[in-house]
Amino acid sequence: MTVSILKQRDYLIASVQSDLTDTEVIELRDALLSEVAKHRARGVIVDVGALDVIDSFVSRSLSTVARTNQLRGAKTVVVGIQPDVAVAMSQFGLRLDAVETALDLEAGLQLLDG
Amino acid sequence: MTNEARVQIESDADTVIARQQGRVTALRIGLSRTDATFVATAISEIARNITVHAGRGEIVIREINDSGRTGIVVIARDEGPGISDVEAVLRHDYISEAGLGIGLWGAQRLMDEVVVTSELGKGTTVTMTKWCGADQVGALLNEV
Repeated sequence: MTVSILKQRDYLIASVQSDLTDTEVIELRDALLSEVAKHRARGVIVDVGALDVIDSFVSRSLSTVARTNQLRGAKTVVVGIQPDVAVAMSQFGLRLDAVETALDLEAGLQLLDG
Repeated sequence: MTNEARVQIESDADTVIARQQGRVTALRIGLSRTDATFVATAISEIARNITVHAGRGEIVIREINDSGRTGIVVIARDEGPGISDVEAVLRHDYISEAGLGIGLWGAQRLMDEVVVTSELGKGTTVTMTKWCGADQVGALLNEV
């Protein structure tokens, strides 16, 4: 899989390494949900800086992860959305429900610590 | 035609190829990076419609020149079940929880022109165009 998930303190950090197919997005979603439960993580950071496209399917999948985690008391922070991707998402009208966002990994960790 | 890319769409891996090809073509003919991202995102949605609703189809990407303007045109064709009420889909009446209809709606917001022709039982063709130089949001971003 083109995503690595590592544990740091009470948090999980998932880094997307390259463009994802829908199948890989589903694998990422399921892996995040099961890993959060397994590690009793209080927060998840998903670094999407490698994604050139965030479309309705990716948005919906990230929102599903965040809403589910929220019910278990864990926060989900998406970091690294590229500027052009942010403009496209805004023009499209895509929302990330229950997701917090930060500029980069460091800012994401600060947000979870805060 | 020489300046044309044709991508067969049969799986979600083909969707990735199509949207990457769309971005490459958009940048080559002079669209901004932001507009190229709009095009790639629209292709991603339309290609998914093909794999989900029709199973298979094709996407043709080519440069278009018209009255001194240059643009990119994306034609997505399938021989799937078709859409019974195209206008309702384009009006956004059709967006469901599962996201049905959101792809075409998004494509309309991201592209300059979207034309959908569909016949029940025969298939659907979506033709989308993005012109060079019509990018206001992207121009704003480049100033930052």
